[in-house]
Amino acid sequence: MRVRLVDIAHARSGDKGDTANVGVIALKPEWFPVIEREVTLRAVSGHFRNVITGKVERFVLPNLNALNFLLHGALDGGGTLSLKTDAQGKVFSTALLRMTIEVPDDEARRLGMPAAAAR
Amino acid sequence: MSERIVRVASAQGFWGDSLDAPRRQVEGGPIDFLMLDYLAEVTMSILQKQKERDPAMGYARDFLGAVESVLPAVAERGVRIVANAGGVNPHGCADAVRAVLAKGGASAVKVGVVTGDDLLPRLDDLLRDGHALSNMDTGAALETVRDRVLSANAYLGSGPIVKALAGGAQIVITGRSTDTALTMAPLRHAFGWKDGDWDRLAAGIIAGHIIECGAQCSGGNCLYDWRNIPNLADVGYPIVEGRADGTFTVTKHPGTGGVVSVHSITEQLLYEMGDPTSYITPDVVADFTSIRLEQEGPDRVRVFGIKGRPATDKLKVSIAYKSGYKAVGTLVYSWPDALEKAQLADRILRERLDRLGLRFDTILTEFVGVSAAHGPLTPATDAPEVQLRVGVRGDDRRMVERFTREIAPLVLNGPPSVTGFAGGRPKVEEIVAYWPALIDTRVIQPKVEVR
Repeated sequence: MRVRLVDIAHARSGDKGDTANVGVIALKPEWFPVIEREVTLRAVSGHFRNVITGKVERFVLPNLNALNFLLHGALDGGGTLSLKTDAQGKVFSTALLRMTIEVPDDEARRLGMPAAAAR
Repeated sequence: MSERIVRVASAQGFWGDSLDAPRRQVEGGPIDFLMLDYLAEVTMSILQKQKERDPAMGYARDFLGAVESVLPAVAERGVRIVANAGGVNPHGCADAVRAVLAKGGASAVKVGVVTGDDLLPRLDDLLRDGHALSNMDTGAALETVRDRVLSANAYLGSGPIVKALAGGAQIVITGRSTDTALTMAPLRHAFGWKDGDWDRLAAGIIAGHIIECGAQCSGGNCLYDWRNIPNLADVGYPIVEGRADGTFTVTKHPGTGGVVSVHSITEQLLYEMGDPTSYITPDVVADFTSIRLEQEGPDRVRVFGIKGRPATDKLKVSIAYKSGYKAVGTLVYSWPDALEKAQLADRILRERLDRLGLRFDTILTEFVGVSAAHGPLTPATDAPEVQLRVGVRGDDRRMVERFTREIAPLVLNGPPSVTGFAGGRPKVEEIVAYWPALIDTRVIQPKVEVR
């Protein structure tokens, strides 16, 4: 079933120059393996393909049940150069949480993951 | 005998943070050190401009009020202060602090000053000696912007701050130190950590990373269960309770608002994170994948297990240079069809800029209320209102000025249902851009003066 990342993770983002970082953290430790498996470099690159101009990097922090993504070319030059409202990438965190992932029904049920509401 | 605890309290996460935080941190309970971080990446260049207008300026003036507000605790309880408030004029800052101390009858309080980070006077010599100071992000040589450089500062580590504390300084003022060194140095001084104690030095750096943004680790800007974070109006700023073995507990004063939880700390750990296995500082390379967190009580998180490796032989340099001009104008369009009206206004504005022959490096349009935060990821809605926000950037100041005259006319000669122009014409801003570079550590000699 489809699961919204916003229902199973929280996140914080920040900036370094023209790069935004997004740390994604499982709301429950038992949900982290699913997030690690499904929130791949490819999936996140696809999610942001019309939003950023550069590539995506991905790092795993199993100790914090977290993933860290670097989104390059995300901030119209970044810092003082940027004309964006979000010049410092503060809300890229929630932009990533807009993602949905596919989780097998039995696994999602066993882990108590909420299904995305049908639209 | 109980284990020795050293308390470092964060009281300023950036220049502009709560003015009451320092006083609340010293009055709320026992602390040993007050840590104040004033310097964001572009702050140095703003301070450099202020110093050019008045040679006595160039430091974070808020710091004087902070010192005044905690003076009894410093003079009577022996609370010590570490702050990077010195900006591009640490000695000027120290002179002003000494005047505050004298006025408060506390002239006996010793002030330490750390300098040696300022590379602006040495810049041409360094370039001549083969230090390219290339842009870490783009690889471009500094020569391409040399004539527009406003400030250049190496990030110093904990060493000189430790030296100032060992020399008896009760207030230590630095210029461009790393934010994390402001927390690590007091712990290192108190516990006598040496070069080579990589794990403990890394722990001190991570303690610094957690509290350097003030309340952003204690409930502020915390997404996890945000509705149930209590009493943010009286949010408690974080305190690190350090131990000699490098483990520490993050907490806040009893009775204050906010929350210190594994969730709030984890969010802050990931803030501005790059490669988590290599968090590079002048003192040590810290490994964020080694961190263990444990909720040991209400608003108490124990941090342990941290691993570190030897520092590199380079220091980061923050260079600021002039890079053209920008301006941003806004108007608000209301229902019905708010977004369509704003989109039409944007097309009209762009056509007029074009007819006027104005050329910009970038014109950026956002529709606030619809897609400014998440861009094309946002689902379509019938927005009740939309703020049209158009920004331009370019090297020609006159063209940017001319752009600012083209917003207000749209109120009478553009699409209907428009408001929100009372703020007047947009301001033209000179852009001071950031140029990150590296330099060999051996050419930087920090200086420490305590008196």
